[in-house]
Amino acid sequence: MADNLTLNDDTASNDTSTKAADDYFAASQWSLIRFKFKKHRLAMAGLTILAVLYTLALFPGFFSVNTHNETHTDYILMPPQGIHFVDAAGNFSLRPFVYGVRQEIDDETWEKTYVRDEAVRHPIRFFPQRENENLWGALTLGRHLVGVEAPGVWFPFGTDEFGRCLFSRTIAASQISLFIGIAGVMLSFLIGSFMGGLSGYFGGTIDIAIQRLIEFVLSIPSIPLWMALAAAMPQEWSSTQVFFGITIVLSVVGWANLARVVRGKTLEIREADFVMAARLMGVPTMQIIRRHILPSFASYLIVSITLGVPAMIIAETALSFLQIGIKPPAVSWGVLLQAAQSPNALSQSPWLLIPGAFVVLTVICFNFVGDGLRDAVDPYR
Amino acid sequence: MAKYILKRLIYALILLWLISIVSFLVIELPPGDYLTSVVAALEQSGSKVSVEQLEALRQQYGLDLPSYLRYFRWISGFLVGDFGYSFEWNRPVSDLVVEPLILDAFIAVLIVLVTYAIAIPIAVYSATHQYSVGDHTVTFLSLLGLATPSFLLALVTLYIATTWFGIDLTGLNSDEFLLAPWSLAKFADMLWHLPTQILIVSTYMAAGVVRVMRASLLDELRKQYVVTARAKGVGERKLLFKYPVRLALNPIISEMAMVLPATISAATVTAVVLGLPTAGPMLLRALISQDTFLSATILMFLSFLVIIGSTIADLLLVLVDPRIKLERSEIRG
Repeated sequence: MADNLTLNDDTASNDTSTKAADDYFAASQWSLIRFKFKKHRLAMAGLTILAVLYTLALFPGFFSVNTHNETHTDYILMPPQGIHFVDAAGNFSLRPFVYGVRQEIDDETWEKTYVRDEAVRHPIRFFPQRENENLWGALTLGRHLVGVEAPGVWFPFGTDEFGRCLFSRTIAASQISLFIGIAGVMLSFLIGSFMGGLSGYFGGTIDIAIQRLIEFVLSIPSIPLWMALAAAMPQEWSSTQVFFGITIVLSVVGWANLARVVRGKTLEIREADFVMAARLMGVPTMQIIRRHILPSFASYLIVSITLGVPAMIIAETALSFLQIGIKPPAVSWGVLLQAAQSPNALSQSPWLLIPGAFVVLTVICFNFVGDGLRDAVDPYR
Repeated sequence: MAKYILKRLIYALILLWLISIVSFLVIELPPGDYLTSVVAALEQSGSKVSVEQLEALRQQYGLDLPSYLRYFRWISGFLVGDFGYSFEWNRPVSDLVVEPLILDAFIAVLIVLVTYAIAIPIAVYSATHQYSVGDHTVTFLSLLGLATPSFLLALVTLYIATTWFGIDLTGLNSDEFLLAPWSLAKFADMLWHLPTQILIVSTYMAAGVVRVMRASLLDELRKQYVVTARAKGVGERKLLFKYPVRLALNPIISEMAMVLPATISAATVTAVVLGLPTAGPMLLRALISQDTFLSATILMFLSFLVIIGSTIADLLLVLVDPRIKLERSEIRG
């Protein structure tokens, strides 16, 4: 491949457009897919946002501004604090700051309100000094990336009913929410490609049996089934066990769609000469499926996998929201949304819905990337 | 044709039977039974339960029998309308589930109808005005709709209703009707509350249907016969509705098999948010308290709804599109 490209460089160096065209014709299938994918602007934007979200999720302690399970009893259900560059007097400062907050209680209704205290300013700094913080996550450096110095407080997304920082909790929750999507899809992929491969490769009775099984799984409404399976998990399981439990629960349904794709493609490819050649050479069946058939439509599988992640993320969110998925103290976006369940809490503290926006953003990005990939792997477009 | 219908019905029956096994198995999965949770609750409150008392209760509920025997008891009761006994409610399951399940079926049918009523005109507009501002708006909204979990949509709707308009949309009936017996006034009150869920779920479902329908109509519009018809001077409106729209509806009908489970799923979760007395919240409660027969019965009936629906969809498809009858009966025949 590399030889080809250097050859083209010599012959067509004086004409860049010819060079581009030559590169195009000499490119491998995967570089073609990469070319086309890069032209898909929405997909590239989606990929970038996903990269940012996953980076945040890998180092939640570092990127959050408070410790996610620390309660601040003086700041219960406080609205988000805005970042300012210009103070009340109109002075501009390059370093952003947040105002201090004072709690006031209405004399008659006893209703608590938070009032901005414009006399107090807490500048936002890199690696601020804060006390007694036990950061977790792979990269901590012992400090948050940004924040305000104690005793100032900064809650970018406000706080929940226990006075915990919603921003830090959202970041911490993204770890489970984002990775359960990947884990669920991977497990579904393993089961799906095994079943779909068998079904497509052998045909006949096995095919009919597996086809019926797929139809059967798809005909049970997924959320009630997921609910039943999730509720079946023992109460005393640890957070890690619950995480893997939910992953398995999600793949019980998730494999069926992938198996369909794999079966269809396997049917097409099993008649190809290279499969016949492998069979004549005595390669074991499972190895033919795994080494020769599956890789030949890997690109389509990647599309299906990408488009399968959102369903997993949404399902986990729904289950945790219904209190039968991830359980506190572990946090996922669905767990955080539980706080928004009562209409009363919601109308007074709408910022509790912010984790929901993260779910929507993530799913949209995955859909964009999936659509972009689908267009990119299709040789006829 | 009659043979095909018969085959399809037998197939549906086998599916139903399999679903009954799966429902029961899934519900039996958790360690312990309803009595374990009762005992735990009692012990927490300080009272002691004697072993004899417990055994007596076990026998009374049939919990001492092996699973397969209990399944057998439960499923044979099904044929005569006896779905077992709800431990938590202390009433036969059949007393409990009928009302919510009828409500669920009613709501599901309305949701599917409203979904198509919303989605089809929008998709036709979007496909015929490709790349217009309206089309981009539709595409954007449907992408947003696909990415939003149904319960989140319900939460946002509730928020907007309470803060902007000051209405409480939760529940099926206003407070004054909650305990009243069914009457015309109560029914009218229900009709005022139902549309919330139906509109929320339909909007959510419509997002997907619009995407499929728009794509398939765009494919049809590019085909030769459309060009030919246009060249022959057929009016645009007639041209559009005579063939392309009808053909583009086919994938929509065959997708019914996918739309129905999704509808039931979305209705289950949104009902919890909206506090409706439908099967979803009841299932959730029964699952958490390990009320075996109640949860298995609901799970089974929800799947029933789907299978009945997709059987009807399959039969409809044969009526609508003669080409499919051949393919299908060959595969299944």
